[in-house]
Amino acid sequence: MLSVRDLTVSTGPDTAPTDIVSNVSFDVGKGEILGLVGESGCGKSLTSLAIMGLLPQPGPRIRAGHVMLAGTEVTRLQPWERVDAGQGRIAMIFQEPMTSLNPVRRIGDQIAEAVAVSEGISGAAAMARARELIELVRIPDAALQLSAYPHQLSGGMRQRVMIAIALACRPQILIADEPTTALDVTIQIQILGLLRDLCNRFEMSILFITHDMGVIAQLTDRVVVMYAGRIVETAAVDALFEHPGHHYTCALMDCMPARNLGARRLPTIPGQAPPPGSFAASCAFAPRCTAARHACRVSLPPRLRLSEEHETLCAFPLEVGSRK
Amino acid sequence: MSTPTILEIRDLKSSFSVRRSGRKYRVNAVDGVSFSLNQGEVLGLVGESGCGKTTVGRSIIRLLEPDSGSVNFKGSAVLTAGGAALRALRMNIRMVFQDPYASLNPRRSIGDSVAEAGDINRLFRGRAERASSIAATLTAVGLDPSFATRYPHELSGGQRQRVGIARSILPAPDVIIADEPVSALDVSVQAQVLNLLMDLREQLGLSIIFISHDLAVVGQISDRISVMYMGRIVESAAVRTILDDPRHPYTRALISAVPKPDPSRRITGAIETGEPPSQFNRPTGCAYAGRCSMAVGRCFVEVPRLRPLGQEDRLAACHLL
Repeated sequence: MLSVRDLTVSTGPDTAPTDIVSNVSFDVGKGEILGLVGESGCGKSLTSLAIMGLLPQPGPRIRAGHVMLAGTEVTRLQPWERVDAGQGRIAMIFQEPMTSLNPVRRIGDQIAEAVAVSEGISGAAAMARARELIELVRIPDAALQLSAYPHQLSGGMRQRVMIAIALACRPQILIADEPTTALDVTIQIQILGLLRDLCNRFEMSILFITHDMGVIAQLTDRVVVMYAGRIVETAAVDALFEHPGHHYTCALMDCMPARNLGARRLPTIPGQAPPPGSFAASCAFAPRCTAARHACRVSLPPRLRLSEEHETLCAFPLEVGSRK
Repeated sequence: MSTPTILEIRDLKSSFSVRRSGRKYRVNAVDGVSFSLNQGEVLGLVGESGCGKTTVGRSIIRLLEPDSGSVNFKGSAVLTAGGAALRALRMNIRMVFQDPYASLNPRRSIGDSVAEAGDINRLFRGRAERASSIAATLTAVGLDPSFATRYPHELSGGQRQRVGIARSILPAPDVIIADEPVSALDVSVQAQVLNLLMDLREQLGLSIIFISHDLAVVGQISDRISVMYMGRIVESAAVRTILDDPRHPYTRALISAVPKPDPSRRITGAIETGEPPSQFNRPTGCAYAGRCSMAVGRCFVEVPRLRPLGQEDRLAACHLL
């Protein structure tokens, strides 16, 4: 459905660019939820903005690579040009719905506006579709909530409204950038359930961006792990949690409190993540890696294929079974 | 229980007056909370946004003045203390805040920020002692003493939170109230800061009230956990008891909602468990009844009292247990 090839996003002058996302490639299949996981500053949000054609201008730009939507190249098209090319069925939701919603307009009007733009209907017909959408995202008392303002809704309900707006264009693919990070866990799990349900019902594909390995495990089908602007591992979710290949993936899982409930000390990753682009010619994780050798510090690690659909950017990956 | 109680909170109530669409409401953020903190213990106070956990933390050292109740620190009443007595108490009970970006003055050097409590209370006898105290405190939180001359913008989030912790331990306090100290940090850095808190607790004999929405983090660091919902404690027990055998329906829901790093427990479809009721229109009876699958008639009319349950040391507020 969505295919990203060698996507490189850079800042700085063309003569001496700094790649903050480099050579990112992945596919999202029909009806699949692909998780994109990494810590702050690893380039995961920039990747999603580049896919959407929403990179801030002036700012970072796509220096190389391709973004294909349902087989059509959309890399350098502006959002409206994509719609003209028949590739407008992609939508995005963000972490904080309050900044995406207009605080002085009613929920119903905001959803109907999105309906009007994507379906070319207006007035009562658009409002009827808005009501359908609001029921689809399971907001209780749909009729009543259509006339509510964003501030009258809870955080979870606002995120549902954002999903309803996203669904207005009947998206084939939804990009969700940390949509539950600002929510409480009992609300988060409901939003995750809703996304999975929509995926099942409409064969919608989702690119789900998060820093939370727990969310990755419980929601996604396949996972892409990013570190300092590069993809360091790609795998099916079961394979990733069973035997991670990259030392960073493994360390990230190990330091999760949920995995260590009741343990007195948490394993940690020493040091901190470098800014993307600072390790153009060596492994960016090497300074923090317990298994790093000389080769890791002087050359870019190879992309090794551990099994069908399991790749890692590491010269000395963890062996299957080496981790309990 | 042989360890002495260091801090005792009884029936703490705190409310705010809020104006919404022209009407005035009284929001009971904390509605009768009692607990005690033992010497050397880490008590986790966990709950979701708006449950009153932060208000409890702030009320204890009177950053917010509670409406009623009592706070007793080593035999002296905190809520009625004034002037010098209150200042002295605040040297002994210190806070660590969530957002190390917001809680450090961007125009003061790290050293000045760390030494602030000491400066205000004239703890230092001269510049040399001040400098060595700053250096020792920074070292204790795992920062190089040279950080003293740097400014907050030069530091990463994890380093700033270490500074936040350094500020709180400088006057050698007995109690630390840490309000979401790791929530703003990435997981790998979060683990480092949690380990630091555990080390300090051991080295300095600190007692800690650890406030967080994240049950996994609280479970990691606490000896005992109190779960709050809508301004009240609904369940309280030793950490393993809560995690392995939660009894209150809300605690159960909370634990099952924490994302587990286990793909075999995938979400397969819609899950609808409702939302907390409005703070402005608090239901009578148990605040969780509206979302509770077990609720019976009584739950909607009568507020359940927090009472001992079976084993020693477990408290729960539920009619059905």
